[in-house]
Amino acid sequence: MKTVYVDNNATTKVDGDVLKEMMPCFTDIYGNPSSMHHKGAESGDVLKLARKRVASILNAQPDELIFTSCGSESNNTAIRSALRMNPGKNHIVTTMVEHPAVKTLCESLEKEGYQTTFVPVDSKGRLDLDKLYASLSDDTAIVSVMWANNETGTIFPIREIAKKVKERGILFHTDAVQAVGKIPVDVTDIPFDMLSLSGHKLHAPKGVGALYLRNKTRFSPFLIGGHQEHGKRGGTENLASIVGLGRACELALAHMNDENTRVKKLRDKLETRLTAKIPKSFINGDQEHRLPNTTSISFEFIEGEAILLMMNEDGICASSGSACTSGSLEPSHVLRAMGVPFTAAHGTIRFSLCRYNTEDEVDYIIEKLPPVIQKLRDMSPFWKEN
Amino acid sequence: MWDYTEKVKDHFLNPRNTGKVEQANGTGEVGSLACGDALTLTLKINSDQIIEDAKFQTFGCASAIASSSALTEMVMGMHIDEASKITNEDIADYLGGLPKEKIHCSVMGRDALERAISDYRGEKIEVVTGNVICHCFGVTDVDIERAVKEAKLTTIEEVTDYLKAGGGCGNCHEEIEAIIRAVGQGVDYEPKKPAVPAKLTNMQKIKLIEKVIEEDVRPGLQKDHGDMELIDVDANRVIVKFRGACASCSKSQITLKNHVEAKLRELVSMELTVEEAVDENRIC
Repeated sequence: MKTVYVDNNATTKVDGDVLKEMMPCFTDIYGNPSSMHHKGAESGDVLKLARKRVASILNAQPDELIFTSCGSESNNTAIRSALRMNPGKNHIVTTMVEHPAVKTLCESLEKEGYQTTFVPVDSKGRLDLDKLYASLSDDTAIVSVMWANNETGTIFPIREIAKKVKERGILFHTDAVQAVGKIPVDVTDIPFDMLSLSGHKLHAPKGVGALYLRNKTRFSPFLIGGHQEHGKRGGTENLASIVGLGRACELALAHMNDENTRVKKLRDKLETRLTAKIPKSFINGDQEHRLPNTTSISFEFIEGEAILLMMNEDGICASSGSACTSGSLEPSHVLRAMGVPFTAAHGTIRFSLCRYNTEDEVDYIIEKLPPVIQKLRDMSPFWKEN
Repeated sequence: MWDYTEKVKDHFLNPRNTGKVEQANGTGEVGSLACGDALTLTLKINSDQIIEDAKFQTFGCASAIASSSALTEMVMGMHIDEASKITNEDIADYLGGLPKEKIHCSVMGRDALERAISDYRGEKIEVVTGNVICHCFGVTDVDIERAVKEAKLTTIEEVTDYLKAGGGCGNCHEEIEAIIRAVGQGVDYEPKKPAVPAKLTNMQKIKLIEKVIEEDVRPGLQKDHGDMELIDVDANRVIVKFRGACASCSKSQITLKNHVEAKLRELVSMELTVEEAVDENRIC
């Protein structure tokens, strides 16, 4: 069966070049980077190169990076470190539309006694900045705001937020898992204290991530163990994956222009044609400030899982903003926070493209999706023509 | 991805009997857009009480569509007495089983069938009263109690799989657990908190009180040549004055509590108390 993979915000295919660089780490370069012998040194060298490459995509210093196992670990490390280093402060500021890696963590910290402000968004998914700034106080230990939303692709004005938060002397963290590799990121331009990224969102393998920690930021490790990562994260390095992440960052930089021109055009064509062909459909999110690869489209009066499974019959892989697919029963917290009505929130599909997608594939989706929507609407008790 | 059986996939991709039966004489509607699934089942039942035709319209996931499709196939040609014995498990079995998180799809089928048959029989569909326990999905203690008893559910997870109750914010887990415990011990569940409808603003509350008195209370009193006037609302104290025959009626205090207060509590807020204005000056 033909496969058209447009679920790249969920995860990506490992790039062939990335895999090629990783392979020796399973066969020849097997030493422990901490070992004193030449096999250890060999591994130490590739680790160093990977760190330099990852630093490049952020315009950071290599020693400002901590390799982790995933984006979630990076987020947990950042937020928990901020709280531990500010024992007198009890307040966390984040948003209502964070990825569960931050949202669930903050909810869990609330149960531990921390106070949390979840800043709301408007119907376009734009943050209420006034509420954000008004919530800051001397008791605020950390502000954690995602750079780009995984469901709608909406990009927050992170430079402005970071500056305002830093003016108040408060630690600022951003979950940049969806941003890194898709849009330019420069830590010398924006005053983050911490930034999370994940390998498998940019064609590196699953199971590796990184936390950028600005030099001189006070820090307390999450995973306590050996002296790896300068004592900031215990555990033997996942060398092959880290090497993969390094190469993937290099490639992402090389393809950044393609992502923001050709891929963006494909995305625009996809959403324009689909919403033109399909009545009662609309695009979610801030269309002026959005990741170039992402579109979230609501189709009213039908349910997302059914759309996905029918698209899957045509080999199209996307994801839904509805919950039936994800084990939870409520529609996406992001769409609900934006006030997307229930008629549409349950029937929302996210398409997230990447540099491998072609115009033929986009045309294929434009051809295959409308009959799927029609078939399901014909079955729906709420659907009435016009 | 869900682990759906081939039969579920088949009924989802090639649903049988979609649409509405023309001249249906039994219709059952369950679910809502907010809940994420809804089913309208229409039946044509002949004079021998045999289901001659059945069609469905479903808004929902693959297993909701498959359950509805399966249900129409199952009941076609069946006597309604036999059809009314169909359980949600029968629907799931027909499909070769459903993932446990999707059991509520088969429950929705069973409920729609029950309502369609009641509709045919001309029975008034019982409006489920009771206290809403799960606010995310609008599930009451009566619903949960029934499900726990019928399906012998023993955990919150099972209740969620069955009714979706508890599958949202999770704030109702304690109460669901209390219902499971009560049923297990064979005692009636005593709600801890009285039913609280969605929070009203003061203005909304006063308007609603006015409306209820106007539409649900006064017409009844006027029939007996009495009447009543709303004087004031002070937080949750509703102050009224009886007029006409009521003003001199010895039973007016009973009317006040048993009728007026009960009605306002039912339709506005359980926290309300109704008092009669004692001092005429208050009217000014």
